[in-house]
Amino acid sequence: MNIEMKGINKSFGTNQVLKNAGFFLKDGEVHALMGENGAGKSTLMKILTGVYTKDSGTVLVDGEEVSYKSPQEAEKAGIVFIYQELNVLFDLTVVENLFMGKEITKKFGICDMKAMREKAHEVMEKVGVNIPVDAVMSDLSVGQQQMVEICKALMVDAKVIIMDEPTAALTESETEGLFKVINSLRKKGVSIVYISHRMEEIFELCDRITILRDGEYIDTKEIKKITMDDVVQMMIGREIGERFPKREAKIGEEVIKVEGLTSGKLFHDVSFTVRAGEVLGVAGLMGAGRTEIMQAVFGNLKKDSGKIYIEGKEVTIKNPRQAIAAGIGFITEDRKTEGLLLEKSIAENIEIANLGKVSKNTVLNKAKQEELVKKGIEEFKVKCFGPWHECNNLSGGNQQKVVLAKWVYTDPKILILDEPTRGVDIGAKKEIYNIINELAAKGVAVIMVSSELPEVLGMSDRIMVVREGEVRGILDGKDADQAKIMTLATGGSL
Amino acid sequence: MNKSKKNIGALIGEYGAFLALLLLVIVISIVSPEFRTASNFLNLLRQASFNGLIAFGMTCVILSDGIDLSVGSTFALSAIICAELIVYGVPTGAAMLISLLVGTLLGVISGVLVTKGRLQPFIATLITMTAYRGLSMIITDGKPISRLVASIETEGGQFLFKAVGKGNLEFGPAANPWFSIPIPVIILLVALAIFWFVLHKTTFGRKIYATGSNAKCANLVGVNTSKTKIAVYAISGFMAALAGLIMISRLDSAQPTLGDGFELDAIAAVALGGTSMSGGRGKIIGTFAGVLIIAVLNNGLNILGVGSYYQEVIKAIVILVAVLSDRKR
Repeated sequence: MNIEMKGINKSFGTNQVLKNAGFFLKDGEVHALMGENGAGKSTLMKILTGVYTKDSGTVLVDGEEVSYKSPQEAEKAGIVFIYQELNVLFDLTVVENLFMGKEITKKFGICDMKAMREKAHEVMEKVGVNIPVDAVMSDLSVGQQQMVEICKALMVDAKVIIMDEPTAALTESETEGLFKVINSLRKKGVSIVYISHRMEEIFELCDRITILRDGEYIDTKEIKKITMDDVVQMMIGREIGERFPKREAKIGEEVIKVEGLTSGKLFHDVSFTVRAGEVLGVAGLMGAGRTEIMQAVFGNLKKDSGKIYIEGKEVTIKNPRQAIAAGIGFITEDRKTEGLLLEKSIAENIEIANLGKVSKNTVLNKAKQEELVKKGIEEFKVKCFGPWHECNNLSGGNQQKVVLAKWVYTDPKILILDEPTRGVDIGAKKEIYNIINELAAKGVAVIMVSSELPEVLGMSDRIMVVREGEVRGILDGKDADQAKIMTLATGGSL
Repeated sequence: MNKSKKNIGALIGEYGAFLALLLLVIVISIVSPEFRTASNFLNLLRQASFNGLIAFGMTCVILSDGIDLSVGSTFALSAIICAELIVYGVPTGAAMLISLLVGTLLGVISGVLVTKGRLQPFIATLITMTAYRGLSMIITDGKPISRLVASIETEGGQFLFKAVGKGNLEFGPAANPWFSIPIPVIILLVALAIFWFVLHKTTFGRKIYATGSNAKCANLVGVNTSKTKIAVYAISGFMAALAGLIMISRLDSAQPTLGDGFELDAIAAVALGGTSMSGGRGKIIGTFAGVLIIAVLNNGLNILGVGSYYQEVIKAIVILVAVLSDRKR
């Protein structure tokens, strides 16, 4: 099946995620789709499969213009999308999953289990996997679950299978198994769109590669004719400009030292230090384990081993309360589900983190409450109608400022910010950068996790790059650049 | 939306329960002269005290995004333990204190099942509800324990036991019923004041609201959400036991079937008062209005001679209308 997508535009609200994007897929090829987080890879594929509708542009399948209105319609045409978060029913068996909604029935709608089992075996043989068809999905490994998804795609005679980060949760041997299946599918004339951040995999597996950047089509190349460096160049290649306020770094004593932090499969042997007045940027691809590391430092995720020293003294941190007592503040990645009491007022949100400050012997003190909240709204320039304004009705940037305010008034020695500017408009972004700089100037040790490379480069004194739960390197802010970070983050070495 | 410029709709929304209460009282008063007497109002309040005390505890639990189905059984079990102790010869004051402690402990057990046991509140308290009712039956062998006052030896003990449920606080001419307030009503009003203060003026109150609003977020800013949850179930258990004491004092007996279905009246009062069933939003004063609405309906419909079968349906309709009109616009 040949697919040609040309001049695709798509906006969500005022945010244009695809600008003149394109993609060209040939019969029986494995085609990599690469780009930074937010480059528009998934959106483009969701437009192809009818999850989203495009604002403009054309999609040609075997030369004919199409516009699928639902994933089911795309599936009928032979195009199947296997999402990163697998779309399986975990409490049902393999057969039940394979035939969901397409059951083979006898009279009166009674399921013909025998026929379905036979067909299931047939498909598995075609793929070359052997999974017990009556096993419950949740008992299978992630790799096996993925194979079931692939089998499900073949059940409907898929000609094109799109895989979004298929190896993110797989072990090495499972990955090998997946590659074998992909190779055999390619021989049978099935085309695969392979979305991945993993450079080595792409160079091992794919025939061609298309690169998107900021929602725009950059180029399509034969994989044999380019190098990893070329790909990184194409993926970034943008000016940073003066978006980041300058700061005179006055770096003091070491405030926090993390040693050999390990937690199951999430991350292992993570060590780093941050000094007073320093901003440590933490870069890496989505799912690299950055958030998990920080959650563990803050005591919100269980660690198996590792030590944390604050101002030279070892501290025990098993829950957020101990972390707060040790002087750590933590602004989470997801402000809606973890950062705010959304249905509560600005006042209540600032106060809940500072109950000790606004009360005397556990009785709330109105004067102290009003003073703190007023200060918060003014200092952080929260645009609102008043302290009672419900956080639900604030813009993303103002919500983030409330979160910042509530943490800053706990007087943390160490402030961890996970994706502090996600979903925040450019104006508010700069204000948040200013706040971070002011905190650092006051001697706070700042850790900033971010997926936006320009932000990491613009703000950090040092940059820690994490890949698959390991620290791949800590770069000095002055000689770091996007290419170096991306190389480390995708598994290359400098 | 400016706070000072809140429209009438919002005002009705905020005080809808009181408006409904006012309307009910006016209508029934016009229709029935018997209803609008001081002694009937005080009687009504006394009848409301059981549900009121339980509903205050329930409000805390629901605000923290939980529910407590076990209050009726806790009411029975703690009352029975008090009665058994009295019959056994334990001093009245001590028996009552132990009963309140038992109620608190029974609540703690529900709280531990919810937090450490990670059971859904509905299931956890369904379990404790069933268990406590069963224990009540086992302890009493299914039979009532009666003539409690007669088994108390000291006069002081008898006085104390009777006062809780039957006593009146008199502070004026005996001819005017308004100057003789039933003790249960006093307890109810004091409890209301304490709950209002704790929920709106203390850090603990803030923790309850935060836990119910977004437990993940509350936990991350240092609120011990597990401790908070256990505390609200403990409060709920304590309040159920307190209501139980008033009940056995009034009845002069205790039986294992006491308080059957009380959890539903309490939940209904909380819902009528505008507290969100998913936690984080609500006011104790609203619950108080809800309690009064249910009491006025019970009392008023009785006086008007409405059959008890019809009463249930009318109550259901009032709750439905009140809750619908209170819905977030």
